Amino acid sequence: MLNEIALVAGKDLRVELRSRVALNQVAPFALMVLVLFGFALDADRATLGAFTPGLYWVTILLSSVLAVHRSVAIEAGDGAREGLLLTGLRPASIFLGKALALIAQLLAVAVVLLGGVTIFYDARIDDAVLLVAALVGAVIGVGAAGTLYGALLGGQRARETILPILLLPVLSPVLIAATRAFGDAMGTVAVNGWSWASGLYGFAAVYVALGVATHGALMEEN
Amino acid sequence: MTVTPVQPPKIAPTGRGVTRSKTTTLLGGAVLAGMVLWFFLAFVATGPDVREVGGELVGQQDAFRLIYVHVPAALVAYLAFFVTAVGSVMVLVKKSVWWDLVAGASAEIGALAAALTLITGSIWGRPIWNTWWEWGDVRLLTTLVLFMLSLGYLAVRRLEGTAEERAKRSAVVGLLLIVNVVIVNRSVEWWANQTIHQRSTIAEAAIQDLKAFTLFFSIVLGVAAYVWILIHRFRLSWLERQYDRFGLDDAIERRRAEATVGGQP
Repeated sequence: MLNEIALVAGKDLRVELRSRVALNQVAPFALMVLVLFGFALDADRATLGAFTPGLYWVTILLSSVLAVHRSVAIEAGDGAREGLLLTGLRPASIFLGKALALIAQLLAVAVVLLGGVTIFYDARIDDAVLLVAALVGAVIGVGAAGTLYGALLGGQRARETILPILLLPVLSPVLIAATRAFGDAMGTVAVNGWSWASGLYGFAAVYVALGVATHGALMEEN
Repeated sequence: MTVTPVQPPKIAPTGRGVTRSKTTTLLGGAVLAGMVLWFFLAFVATGPDVREVGGELVGQQDAFRLIYVHVPAALVAYLAFFVTAVGSVMVLVKKSVWWDLVAGASAEIGALAAALTLITGSIWGRPIWNTWWEWGDVRLLTTLVLFMLSLGYLAVRRLEGTAEERAKRSAVVGLLLIVNVVIVNRSVEWWANQTIHQRSTIAEAAIQDLKAFTLFFSIVLGVAAYVWILIHRFRLSWLERQYDRFGLDDAIERRRAEATVGGQP
């Protein structure tokens, strides 16, 4: 099972390494959104500083939509989806492998964005451990939910327009919890960030379980 | 050469009244008559909400009357999505076509009812809470996200594919709808950590007598209207499905018949 997961994740990551879509398109998009927020909020350092956690996570969520598209698009052409099914790999392994690759790419984008908010918004990090814990938990949740809804839409032509309206409401709890946890880690709000971080892991667990349970049915259908 | 017997046309040739039956006519008539009575009760028979507390007149005045739309709409919305979830389970477990169509029809009504809930709540909130929208309220935010999720569900139902593919895909999204609503509700509750929402008005006995009866009546009426529309929408979906399955065959068969009449076999 672990071999299978590594196989699928390795495949997606190799495709990324050669095409560099996440690095050359998704990450620059994310940085651009940060700059746009700067324009929209009139480059007011105090405002930007106070709202850094929220702006950061809205940017991650928007970027994740692009990343999920990419993750699905890898299998959209040339009957690659059928090929993947015919390999005889367990659907759960395919789900976990694809989710893992997506999580790795989102983590890379998240790190780039952390640099972005440090430079553009003057973000300070008070509690690095909490920040990393929340970041990883949130990205696992986004990656798992994104992979699940990506599989659901599969090769549909209407995917580009439907994915955001399906995925973003689903991810709204992640936005809430991650913003709170980051707020604590960056010292912008006085809340217990660790309880929010554990909520993020709860969300991630639910979506990993749902994905493992339903992925087989969804892959056959699309 | 054996000729395969042709399916008889499955679609009613008349364009009118095909989703109507004796039951729905009666039910529909009852709902419409009920609406007349409801209108009378809500606007004429019951007074505005004015109470005397310590010598001062307080209350929600005429804005109170929105409760006769808001509460039934909210209950119907949640009932409708519950039916959608049940239908989704039945599709996954029994591969039931019937439940698939019920789930879809119910979600459409649910989305409409959720929108009506949000709109009436907003109109009511303006004079009473002094705001169109309240970010601190858990039920408000949950209902909004539920509405958005239901739009996603309905979009998924319209995706291309065979009827079976669509049924299965929609069923998974329909089930996730419930999971998501629970997660959103919990997280918003932690986040907002407060609610200014009206507690259950009947339980607190804040309304009594004719007002309570009117509210109760409006809830019954709302559920009856839901059932009525659900049956019609279901039958319409059924006809659409029949058309998808046999419509082309029918058309080909009719063209063939024309050719035979013209003398050529």
